[in-house]
Amino acid sequence: MSLNDVLDIEDDETGPATSPLKGRRATSGNAAAGQWRLIAQKLVRQKVAMAAGVIVLLLYLIAAFCEFLAPGSPDLSKAQYTYAPPQPIEWFVTDQAGTHFAPHVAGYTVKIDPVALRRTFVVDESKIVPIGLFVHGAPYLMWGFIPSDVHLIGPLKKTDPMYLIGADRLGRDLMSRLIYGTRVSMSIGLVGVAMSLILGVTLGSLSGFYGGWVDTLVQRLIEVISAMPTIPLWLGLAAAIPLTWPPLQVYFTITVIVSLLGWTSLAREVRGRFLSLRSDDFVTAARLDGSSEKRLIFRHILPSLTSHILAVVTLAVPTMIVAETSLSFLGVGLKPPVVSWGVLLQDAQNIRTVATAPWLLIWPSAAVVLAVLSFNFFGDGLRDAADPYNN
Amino acid sequence: MTAQTPIAPDPHAKDVILAAEHLSIDFTLRTHILHAVRDVSLTLHRGRTLCLVGESGSGKSVTARALMRLIEKPGKIVSGRIELDVDGKKVEIDKLSDTAREMRAIRGRRIGLIFQEPMSSLSPVHTIGSQIVEALRLHRPLSKKEARAETIELLRQVEIPNPDKMLDRYTFEFSGGMRQRAMIAMALACNPDILIADEPTTALDVTTQAEILDLIKRLQVSRGMAMLLITHDMGVVAETADDVAVMRFGRIVERGSVDEIFHQAKHPYTKRLLASTLKLEGGAAREKPPAPTPAPLPILSVKNLAKGFGTGGKWFGKPGFVIKAVDDVSLDLLPGENLGIVGESGSGKTTLGRLILRIVEPSSGEVVYRGRDGGEREVTAMGKAELRAFHQDVRLIFQDPFASLNPRMTIREIVGDPLVVSGRLRGRALDERVAELLAMVGLDPAAMERYPHAFSGGQRQRIGIARALALDPRIIIADEATSALDVSIRSQVLDLMLELQKRLGLSFIFISHDISVVRYFCDRVAVMHRGKVVEIGDAEQICTNPREPYTQMLISAVPNPDPRNKRMLHRVRASREP
Repeated sequence: MSLNDVLDIEDDETGPATSPLKGRRATSGNAAAGQWRLIAQKLVRQKVAMAAGVIVLLLYLIAAFCEFLAPGSPDLSKAQYTYAPPQPIEWFVTDQAGTHFAPHVAGYTVKIDPVALRRTFVVDESKIVPIGLFVHGAPYLMWGFIPSDVHLIGPLKKTDPMYLIGADRLGRDLMSRLIYGTRVSMSIGLVGVAMSLILGVTLGSLSGFYGGWVDTLVQRLIEVISAMPTIPLWLGLAAAIPLTWPPLQVYFTITVIVSLLGWTSLAREVRGRFLSLRSDDFVTAARLDGSSEKRLIFRHILPSLTSHILAVVTLAVPTMIVAETSLSFLGVGLKPPVVSWGVLLQDAQNIRTVATAPWLLIWPSAAVVLAVLSFNFFGDGLRDAADPYNN
Repeated sequence: MTAQTPIAPDPHAKDVILAAEHLSIDFTLRTHILHAVRDVSLTLHRGRTLCLVGESGSGKSVTARALMRLIEKPGKIVSGRIELDVDGKKVEIDKLSDTAREMRAIRGRRIGLIFQEPMSSLSPVHTIGSQIVEALRLHRPLSKKEARAETIELLRQVEIPNPDKMLDRYTFEFSGGMRQRAMIAMALACNPDILIADEPTTALDVTTQAEILDLIKRLQVSRGMAMLLITHDMGVVAETADDVAVMRFGRIVERGSVDEIFHQAKHPYTKRLLASTLKLEGGAAREKPPAPTPAPLPILSVKNLAKGFGTGGKWFGKPGFVIKAVDDVSLDLLPGENLGIVGESGSGKTTLGRLILRIVEPSSGEVVYRGRDGGEREVTAMGKAELRAFHQDVRLIFQDPFASLNPRMTIREIVGDPLVVSGRLRGRALDERVAELLAMVGLDPAAMERYPHAFSGGQRQRIGIARALALDPRIIIADEATSALDVSIRSQVLDLMLELQKRLGLSFIFISHDISVVRYFCDRVAVMHRGKVVEIGDAEQICTNPREPYTQMLISAVPNPDPRNKRMLHRVRASREP
């Protein structure tokens, strides 16, 4: 072997050589960064998860401000506009004075098919419904107590029809209903998951930390519950709800039913984490430091779990949304006059409706798919970022 | 093999089988490019062993993998040439694509690879035999029957007993050493020209390591292979190498024949590496405390301690199956003494440490602790409150500096936690005490606000020590406290512990598999084997003049970091125990 020249290096070299990439600053100052900052840093790097997170946030903003965002009232029916098709927004009007900017939707003329006696709508370019932002329309109570009648978008004249994505059988604006439905559908996921979370974390922690007969009991309970066929069970429980109950109470009961069955996977996850953390060196060290069991759980084990729990919860929300949608679709969950995505889909149950008014199927389904996908992508990203110490 | 005479660096040009020139490998990370390997040149000769030695992160494994084009993304060879001699024809490996047919023909056929962890590099769902048969049939036109016969022959060559039966066993049925033998058989299946061994014995016990190194060396000599051995252990280098290249931070800082490196090292880093290794070999780190008269009473006595795992009772009339992890162990720890406990994996040394602290409840026997007031207390009979007080006096330092610190707490919280829990200090006084403790272990007190991920392994171990010292303990049980550290860091941490002992009057129970570390650190040593203490005595005596056959075997298997005095050649072999 030829003896190469011994490379001359300074002895104070402290690590392998690196060269920074142009335009990217090295994340410095991580030394004093706690777990949440590290998780946030890791999450921000995942583009898809971040995009999904933004969509989820938007959906919740829509849910929060639905009265303002909806062009009209969800319950206002106009019999003359049964199954009115979507009216696209157009920006320019051409008349005698030439072409000028005036956002509008084209009006309809109703034609009656002389053979089938069916009403069909024909877009009538000559009928112009001018629309605008921040218009005064149907009055509402924002969050139930702020009276207002300002809508983000709407026809300038209150009585004009504007069906951006079509109307349903009673001539109600699908757009408004979809926006109002967001509030119910997105919140039923949250409330349901919150209940599952309490049940799951409590029972999972007990099961994982104490082990023994507590563990056996909880695990068998989980197995019994998971073994139950959910749809018939939901159907049975929902059928037991008295018809006289007000819609909100039904809504709450449905949430409880869904979450009573949904906590099991969360409990299992928490238990598994507890089991592995309980034997971790740093927990043993804390025990030898003299920490009580309460301190071990709340100071050492649970903080290590919160990010994971958050990820699991995010992944559990779509299950709840889908459960609500399916129940309502089957007609045993939420019922009109409550508006949810599932309730909207009820209208699209028969093929004839789908043929005449496909928008009744497309838009509510799209909303469900978008919400579920966004939650899943965001939850996946969160799960990957949840343990910033494991490279 | 002429072990004693150093071989001059004689370039037998025609013997060169592989030459890498000016090899550089970059890893493009998110914010920067990591130059993992920089301008490395090396040559492998037929029948000779090149040892690539360096500490963790020096780029030695990446270099070896580059030779087989097995670098994981985002690593990339950015410059340099790798030339392999294939039956007289030169093949430029660096020009081939990772997945090229030519490259696949080289892997396994021309270059065999042995990994560090034999459990994860063998498939758990295939028999050992079928895995070797597959390797054979990929490269050689053999029928199944011929391949099977060949496999039996290979297993026989790697000294696996009953090869015709072991062939049909699964990975989990093999012990660690056996797995590594099977791995070697697989690497050798197609009679490669080059064998790359990446830390082949790091996961193995010292006696098994000696056997495996011995085997590799013999096979290499008999087949005339070139070997590239990657290791961090200077002892292994001295025992096996012909030529040595020392790597640091991606560069080869020094190269030469093994004798030159060990006896005429030029580069300061090589010297430092050798010094840290030799310091541990030297032993007797501290002057013996003058033996007080009368002999002091032990601060901690372990009497007939035992722990069995498994089902003790009878189940459907079948006799219970119990593994005795610790079997009738008796020890005394004197005040101010360092008691070493050495043994191979599975000897029960870690369990013994945990039994003393009652992290694991003993099956029988007792532990007697002599408190500060001189009164004796029975640890095994302590209640919760008493045990808590005992844990303040007897502290544990963990092996893994990464797992033993809660990553979600700052250093202030970690080190201060025992003080907060015991209610001794709070607020300002707590901060001052934590700063004092950090300064004591050689860390900047300003580091209090940081989280563990900001520290290196050695620094983390110092934090662990600071936590152990927080409650003014009397005894510290160090469970493999230095095993996870690089050799230069290891000796620093050992020196720190010795200094702290002198200052604070501590007693140590030092559990380790590494005999040189124990020799350096301890006054007395207990050797454990299969749950029993086989020999206990003065550290020097155990290491230089062991009495029991097992201890003799253990000590003689430790590689000696001096190529002029290879210890393993003269080692005491196991008289094949059942």
